Amino acid sequence: MRDVAVVGFAQRQMEKFEGSPTCTELLVPLFGECYEQTGWTRRDVGFWCSGSSDYLAGRSFSFVQAVDAIGVIPPVNESHVEMDLAWAMYEAWLKIQTGEVDTALVYAFGKSSAGTLRRTLSLQLEPYTMTPIWPDTVSLAGLQARAGIDAGAWDEQAMAQVVARSMKDAEGNEHAIRKGASSVDELLAKPVYADPLRKHDCAPVTDGAAAIVLAADDKARDVRDRPAWLTGISTYIDPMSLGTRDLTRSPSTARCAERLDLAGVDTAELHAPFSHQELVLRRELGLADDVRVNPSGGPLSGNPMFAAGGIRVGEAASRIWAGESDKAVGHATSGPALQQNIVCTLEGRN
Amino acid sequence: MAHHKQLAAVVGMGQTHHRAKREDVSMAGMCREAIDRALADADMSMADIDAVVVGKAPDLFEGVMMPELFLAESLGAAGKPLIRVHTAGSVGGSTAIVASTLVSSGVHERVLTVAFEKQSESNAMWALSVPVPFTMPVHAGAGGYFAPHVRSYIRKAEAPNHIGAIVAAKDRTNALKNPYAHLREAKTVDDVLASQMLWDPIRYDETCPSSDGACALVIGSEDVAKASPNPAWIHGTAMRSEATSAAERNQVNPQAQRDAVAYLYRQAGITSPIDDIDVAEVYVPFSWFEPMWVEALGFAEELNGWRLTEAGETNIGGKIPVNPSGGVMSSNPIGASGMLRFGEAALQVRGAAGEHQIDGAKRALGHAYGGGSQFFALWVVGSQKPTS
Amino acid sequence: MATLQSPVRVAFDYTRSTGPVVGRFFAGLRDGVVVAGRTSDGAIVVPPPEFDPVTLEPTTDFVEVADVGTVTSWTWVPEPVEGQPLDRPFAFALVTLDGATAPLLHALDVASPDEVSTGMRVRIRWAAERTGAITDIACFEPAPESEPAEVTLAPAGAVDPVTGIVVPVELDYVYAASESESAFFRGLAEGKLIGQRCPSCGKVYIPPRNACPSDGSPTQEEIELSETGTVTTFCIVNVPFLGQKIAPPYVSAYILLDGADIALLHLILDIPAEEVRMGMRVKAVWKPREEWGTSVENISHFAPTDEPDADFDTYQHHL
Repeated sequence: MRDVAVVGFAQRQMEKFEGSPTCTELLVPLFGECYEQTGWTRRDVGFWCSGSSDYLAGRSFSFVQAVDAIGVIPPVNESHVEMDLAWAMYEAWLKIQTGEVDTALVYAFGKSSAGTLRRTLSLQLEPYTMTPIWPDTVSLAGLQARAGIDAGAWDEQAMAQVVARSMKDAEGNEHAIRKGASSVDELLAKPVYADPLRKHDCAPVTDGAAAIVLAADDKARDVRDRPAWLTGISTYIDPMSLGTRDLTRSPSTARCAERLDLAGVDTAELHAPFSHQELVLRRELGLADDVRVNPSGGPLSGNPMFAAGGIRVGEAASRIWAGESDKAVGHATSGPALQQNIVCTLEGRN
Repeated sequence: MAHHKQLAAVVGMGQTHHRAKREDVSMAGMCREAIDRALADADMSMADIDAVVVGKAPDLFEGVMMPELFLAESLGAAGKPLIRVHTAGSVGGSTAIVASTLVSSGVHERVLTVAFEKQSESNAMWALSVPVPFTMPVHAGAGGYFAPHVRSYIRKAEAPNHIGAIVAAKDRTNALKNPYAHLREAKTVDDVLASQMLWDPIRYDETCPSSDGACALVIGSEDVAKASPNPAWIHGTAMRSEATSAAERNQVNPQAQRDAVAYLYRQAGITSPIDDIDVAEVYVPFSWFEPMWVEALGFAEELNGWRLTEAGETNIGGKIPVNPSGGVMSSNPIGASGMLRFGEAALQVRGAAGEHQIDGAKRALGHAYGGGSQFFALWVVGSQKPTS
Repeated sequence: MATLQSPVRVAFDYTRSTGPVVGRFFAGLRDGVVVAGRTSDGAIVVPPPEFDPVTLEPTTDFVEVADVGTVTSWTWVPEPVEGQPLDRPFAFALVTLDGATAPLLHALDVASPDEVSTGMRVRIRWAAERTGAITDIACFEPAPESEPAEVTLAPAGAVDPVTGIVVPVELDYVYAASESESAFFRGLAEGKLIGQRCPSCGKVYIPPRNACPSDGSPTQEEIELSETGTVTTFCIVNVPFLGQKIAPPYVSAYILLDGADIALLHLILDIPAEEVRMGMRVKAVWKPREEWGTSVENISHFAPTDEPDADFDTYQHHL
């Protein structure tokens, strides 16, 4: 395998983006930041890949206009996944592995606030026996949280600890849209909303976009003194059916972990849009207690759909660049109750 | 650091019987029909497969957001890596290319890819024409989008009026040789010219149907291909994109396509396309796109593609048969249409195309495009292992 | 300035073919019977999976299970959304029906979360009219405490499976125009056609773009464009379709306004469709001012002027 590193990252998160669902306006400055970080122009990018969802935007081909933000004369080597940014990055990583290109810029965007997000996501479900009764995202997470509580896999205290740590760490993240330290007791004193979930257990509806730059070998070393080398990347999917899955586990995450060398990981950015899901992921990844989880504040502080998973990778890479981490995990999820997962390791060697 | 692409080949291909409405199957059942045939063709079972790549066009067509999630278990993808590609109409082609990348990167040995569309679950015209506030509601689906550009071609090339009808009659007649095709009816040029003008200058019979269907391919590594009796070696792949609209953009002969073709032919060592390529499966959803695209593909000089078509050189038996399967003009499950082109090209060089086999085909081109003629995906496959 | 926003409803009644397995399940519901699938590992699963999770073969072994069962997990729904089984607060629950080994997801009609617990017994409340769909189960309701009954798994009888269902999907969005597009639409409300010039390549775009597609630079400098232009190319739409706003036949044309570098899509009227030509010179015909909003629809259509047609060479690079 070629050595490939994350060498650029830019993000935007907001409660409500007032612009168009194509988010082109958001992408232009993000690409600008990537060019500034790398010293490249668009012509130095060998491959582009984006992630987004037509249903988030409410129209077919919502990603088509996004290429305007690249500037596509001359035309570009480009692809699109109807998935989170992290999988767009995976496609780009594969492309670099073929030797066809040495560099890639991947991006994703989504305006979750354009519709009612938790209802829109009901359309992700099995369309014959599930979508017709419109189970919303929060309810599905609630069923999972309850299953774990009933099984003794976690409790409300442990969930509140995840929230307390995330909100405190989010104070140091200029992009976070929800932040502010609270004690576990204060959090548990707040009303239960979608029993057993409190509102702070659920990621806020977030609009936004993000971009990640990949480069191979010396191209990466040219950009950064300490590139965040992607030393492993793995993705798996589980069945959707809630009835036949053990909701307290995530076999696909465990499978990812089996294929990666997680020894020596000191930092993990986990895409857990609900507090209890972080507990599932930590267990499946076998993270030790001293691993720093979601120092950015994580998705509970901001979860722009289709960008948020990739943002985890970018946040992990940023810590490698800064020398705050030597080995980090980036994780993204998709589908109801952690159905699909991708995990990568990033390392700060030269 | 030098790095070489690992070789990859198509070792299995399967497709559904494409129909206007496949009311006998669910989405999963339809996909499985193609997958099971592809696996049988590859002499494999799902247990042999390392990863799955799913492609389809807009989710609004079936009203399911990211349907690969609910389909994962039925497709046999649960417990495996799964990627979902969506690049508009070119998606079937780009999905096959992403699947080939999983092999040519050296990551996997055997990858299954499936693309589908179950158009009968909704109405494509509706899904493509949801009004945008503040704008003029003149959009009229894909035909309404492409018809003005066909008019531009006719004017620029000074092409006679009946070229579109020649293509339509050829493709529909070719489809009689393809048991999987949706429209299997002998058509004459006069029949086509007599059909209703829908989006002037495009007639009803010059338009692709709306189909339910799926296509699946099994792509294997060099070692896997060696065990196959008739692999279709991938000699090159290309994807290029440009904007839907840009000042002075050439919509008749888009630069992204010209760039993709040049890059593809360089990889595949093709210097004289009409001589070096034996058969082409080209994404022609409206018949006039055959003369337009054969120019971009280098089979004819610019603005002379219609002469190639008029001379019958794109017929089975011509210098460069185009769409012997009947093409998109005969079967159009949108998300799968591009993969069908890629898969039919593979069938040709594997000598497995049945009645529409081009004798002795050694190298074939698969082509797909999408959006407003802005996303292009192409590959060249061959019966011989690439030499470079 | 704030962007222009407008509600959009994306609504379609999807016609789903169910295939034999889901169809068998729905046929059972229509008859007031819950049909499970027996999978190769011996599990009794509701709804039956279309394909066996292990062998991947189609599920063919169907058995009847009870309409009474036990809650295995639940969550409260304080603010139901459109389309959910109940329009007042309720619980979603996973319920393992007696005889089954895996739970089914559906609504549970109780007044407060205090009335739900894992392990409670519930039964199906059947819909008054059953059509062969998951909504034939109106919801679950509490049942008297009892031990899960021993269910003799009767093979589900051969009945004609349901072949299709109609699933309405209605989603409400708020569409926003970008800032530059909003400036264009606001200009229209004043009878002006406002384009923008790209600072890098100098091309004039109408409507203005968030990013110049050639080089990625946002267009900025505003330019008021003429309301006359040239038809570069067009089509005559003869085909009616669902959701269409204009009655066919109509001419949909690309119009290159004088001073612009990209053509605008609009209608051509006041001339028989068959007489519309590439190169024809046209002029905007505005609706009465009182009908104006922030929309391109302020221009009713474009109509021919008396000028001679433009020479092909003057616009062919726009095709």
